Amino acid sequence: MECVIGVVGRDFAVVAADTSAVQSILVHKTDEDKIMLLDSHKLMGASGEPGDRVQFTEFIQKNLHLYQFRNNMPLSTAATANFTRGELATALRKNPYSVNIILAGFDKDAGASMYYIDYIATLHKIDKGAFGYGSYFCLSLMDKLYHPDMTVEEAVDLVDKCIKEIRLRLVVAPQNFAIKIVDKDGARDYARREIGGDSPAAATTAATVATTA
Amino acid sequence: MSRRYDSRTTIFSPEGRLYQVEYAMEAIGNAGSALGILAADGVVLVGEKKVTSKLLQSSRSAEKMYKIDSHLACAVAGIMSDANILINTARLHAQRYALSYQEPIPVEQLVQSLCDTKQGYTQFGGLRPFGVSFLFAGWDKNHGFQLYMSDPSGNYGGWKAAAVGANSQAAQSMLKQDYKDGMTREEAVALALKVLSKTMDSTSLTADKLELAEVFVQPGTGEVQYQVCSPDAMGKLLAKAGLTQPAPEA
Repeated sequence: MECVIGVVGRDFAVVAADTSAVQSILVHKTDEDKIMLLDSHKLMGASGEPGDRVQFTEFIQKNLHLYQFRNNMPLSTAATANFTRGELATALRKNPYSVNIILAGFDKDAGASMYYIDYIATLHKIDKGAFGYGSYFCLSLMDKLYHPDMTVEEAVDLVDKCIKEIRLRLVVAPQNFAIKIVDKDGARDYARREIGGDSPAAATTAATVATTA
Repeated sequence: MSRRYDSRTTIFSPEGRLYQVEYAMEAIGNAGSALGILAADGVVLVGEKKVTSKLLQSSRSAEKMYKIDSHLACAVAGIMSDANILINTARLHAQRYALSYQEPIPVEQLVQSLCDTKQGYTQFGGLRPFGVSFLFAGWDKNHGFQLYMSDPSGNYGGWKAAAVGANSQAAQSMLKQDYKDGMTREEAVALALKVLSKTMDSTSLTADKLELAEVFVQPGTGEVQYQVCSPDAMGKLLAKAGLTQPAPEA
């Protein structure tokens, strides 16, 4: 099941999410990107009803672009978080979106920051957090291992430990994860964590050799 | 000839002019003037109060200066009843922005939204344009201290020093001559008073004819502050600038 994880380090933030598209007991694909680049320095990791997730994150992204074109300046991460919360709160009493969001961004003045926003329009500023079934394992791990001035390597290592724990303990663990990062140089892909097929690499090579021979 | 074209705001004359908009600007030329100066550590707004009658009791100390949000204020020249409508819109817009983003509205955005409203009244049928020019003084995190001037057509621009209202041309050229980059707020106030004393019609400058408001950052807290000068302090400033005799001790 869905897992979104976020960690704020010294001058960057890391967001990781599973890449599974699941419908009841079926896995439709394992390379679904659930972390959207809102603008040059913002990441939005989202989980929830897939249609709502895509619709809502695109809506926020397009509003951010509009703001930037109109005003010749980007919206700060804090303002984006409050705007997002406001949109969810307005929708909540009409036609609610079922999306949970980890929003991470980097501002020149405020540095890296991260916000927890859930589908009932809760907003929290956090420096580590997670959504979904994975959070049952990640949050305690983060409590133990997180410290505020982590380096990128340390933070990604923490995320890797979380992924490892999810795969070990969660019955419905997703196969693959994507990790993205945002710092002063912008928001971008950082790495992927993928489980390979069943056959060990050595056996496959041996088989190929056998057929060529 | 112009009679055929000046009764509507929305119709160009054959020479390509919008007479109603020009008349609105004319109306402002008769109003009490206001001027603003951008200093290194703040923005200064000074306005001329037209004292209509001794019997008139003004309800508030400042009648030309309006606080729009905690980081933003404006000075008005023109028809006050028109201005009140626009100031209300401006305050509404500033609070709407704060509600959406939990951040103070950037100064230029507020000015732009208000000028969009003004522009609308030069284009859509049956309405008369607002007979108001504004000077906006504000601070935001992106561009620091800023001063903007707007007119009834909906045009606006950022200025280092600007004047609106009666004799604004003369004031503007004096400001152009005497403005220096990097002035302190104190120097800016002195310059503003000097310019206004020379461009105002009345012979003697007294504290009750002037209004002074400043936007600056509080040194201790780093918070933006809007401050209106009290009549007493105004009297002292005028005496210090040598523009009037100090009031006799009562």
